[in-house]
Amino acid sequence: MMMKEHLFISGHTACPGCAQATAARLVVDSAGKNTIITNNTGCLEVFTSRYPESAWRVPWIHSLFENAAAVASGIEAALRYLGKKESINVITQAGDGGTADIGLQALSGAWERGTDILSVCYDNEAYENTGVQRSGLTPYGAHTTTSPIGAYSIGNPINKKSMPDIALSHGCVYVATATFGFLQDLIRKVKKAFTIKGPKYLQIHCPCPLGWGYEPNLTYRISKLAVETGLYPIVEYEYGKLISVRKIKPTPVEEYLKLQRRFRHILDKPEQIKIIQETANTNIERYGLKAEEV
Amino acid sequence: MRKFLQGSEAVAEAVKLCKVGVIAAYPITPQTPIPETLAKMVADGKLKAEFINVESEHSAASFVLGATATGVRSYTATSSQGLLYMGEVIFNIAGMRLPVILTCTNRAVSAPINIWNDQSDSMALRDSGSIQFYCENHQELVDLHIQAYRIAEDKNIMLPVMVSMDGYILTHGFEVVDVPSQEDVDKFLPPLNLKHKLDVENPLTLGFLADPEYYMETRYAIQKTHEGVLKFIPQVVREFEGVFGRRSGGLVECYRLEDAEKVIVACGSVCGTIKETIEEARRKKKKYGLLRIITYRPFPLQEIYKALKDKPQIAILEKAVSLGAYGPLYTEIKMLFSQKDNKKLKREKRICGFIAGLGGRDITKDTISYIFKRLSQKQVDCEFVDLKPEYIE
Repeated sequence: MMMKEHLFISGHTACPGCAQATAARLVVDSAGKNTIITNNTGCLEVFTSRYPESAWRVPWIHSLFENAAAVASGIEAALRYLGKKESINVITQAGDGGTADIGLQALSGAWERGTDILSVCYDNEAYENTGVQRSGLTPYGAHTTTSPIGAYSIGNPINKKSMPDIALSHGCVYVATATFGFLQDLIRKVKKAFTIKGPKYLQIHCPCPLGWGYEPNLTYRISKLAVETGLYPIVEYEYGKLISVRKIKPTPVEEYLKLQRRFRHILDKPEQIKIIQETANTNIERYGLKAEEV
Repeated sequence: MRKFLQGSEAVAEAVKLCKVGVIAAYPITPQTPIPETLAKMVADGKLKAEFINVESEHSAASFVLGATATGVRSYTATSSQGLLYMGEVIFNIAGMRLPVILTCTNRAVSAPINIWNDQSDSMALRDSGSIQFYCENHQELVDLHIQAYRIAEDKNIMLPVMVSMDGYILTHGFEVVDVPSQEDVDKFLPPLNLKHKLDVENPLTLGFLADPEYYMETRYAIQKTHEGVLKFIPQVVREFEGVFGRRSGGLVECYRLEDAEKVIVACGSVCGTIKETIEEARRKKKKYGLLRIITYRPFPLQEIYKALKDKPQIAILEKAVSLGAYGPLYTEIKMLFSQKDNKKLKREKRICGFIAGLGGRDITKDTISYIFKRLSQKQVDCEFVDLKPEYIE
């Protein structure tokens, strides 16, 4: 696919089957070499920047868990001051915890001010770096170490927070979801994002073999199933208007759930599966995901 | 040019003269007049800078971190809870060796909430790696902010500097200030030229993960740099005097110490009151003196030792307390004279610790006189002065 020299190089320490590593490489390669990245603390930061090695071939900075968007805002202001803003892309990236939980305030400020940055959320649906704790983007029913299953618990009791909606209500000029399962679509969206000036949000579904409990060779299949069940709608908004969705022939959610240990406990609980199926149905309805029968 | 300025305006004038390119701030009393003045300067086109209203102090500090890492001189200011909220980022800025300058308008820490002055906020960040200055008056506000950039940005230093100024007393009070010319400031302060920055022509990774093999040396490096700062500051003071024709800043100020038998050690604006009290006492032949700490981090051990080694009675007056222990300055000065070479001291020494002025309680000349008097009575380590017995159970 990309035979040129990558801006994110091999030798990093991501786990086998890590979707985030591939997604991150495609994001920076698609953004190009005139890009500065700020990275919140998390898996991606840890597996790419362990001194004295670095996987990054663009200027890259990590400060803290929650402030990458504020650091990126400072960089954007400095580039404007230097008169270099037009020629340089700024990306702020984080995991789901760094985006939707602890980093949300800084993101909100950056978006509200109309900062010309692309915020990328690598959504692996838990605090995987610290050992699989629940985040605001952990889906309903998932077992994590802080939403464990038990006699009084079916796993995570809370629905996934809708970050794209939060981004849209900030007036983000470009809001999209993407996935490891459809990489060409991901590349297209990063390139598209940088043709639009203003705050942009891209949320990439990144299955995690370790945290979700599946064999590394299943990452691709699980990514696709998340989309095909309707649980992870692939959508694209420009200036607040929905301009594209990935159409699906809906697959029952069990097909997705049964491949992952984090959902194993609900496979024999039809009422729980029904709740998750309803989430998928709501998505299918809301975004018009169902492909027309030919 | 001599101007009659509010302390906050004096700071803003200094920041403007330093040609700061990016300013980010979040409002907190009593810091607000500083960003307000800077915002107006930018709005009027008198200062060519990006002024950004951010969503929190945490983001203000992160914002200037990012701007500085891109190679643009930046500025922020805060106080009290805002400083504590920034605390995580300030430790980080120091670790990343970025020359960020921030002003702390000293205010008490909550709870109970209190918007008045003491120095509990900045003292709480004494372990952050940031250099810390404490200003006595408006002239020093101007001069120390200019010196702060010169020191922070030196290629051998590369650390943040926090310039502390007492809330209300300095932020809102008015004094005559000699505001230097742009030409002189430009002579003293070269443009920021970072060796390691975010640059697409020379991509670097900043803020790496350091495992046990590497982490400790990074802390050691900051510690060694602080030792270097102690040597560098006097040099900067001389350079400053060469350009501006006045001595300002430095590590400590010795006031009437030559023959003093009783000495107060303090920092910040209260030193003005102490000096006045000393003058009045001197007229009555009382040998009082003051050691003013200007640079608190790095801690100028040798200068303090030299100034105090022959003084029999020393009172440490602090607007902060390490709850459960003593005043932070008291602990450090006491430590100085508890070391082995104490035996070499010519006379027996009494060092007492006093806490005063917390949450904006006035420190008057009577307070100061009381402390001088109390010093000859008995050893106290952490006496709260001017307490109101009617409020104590």
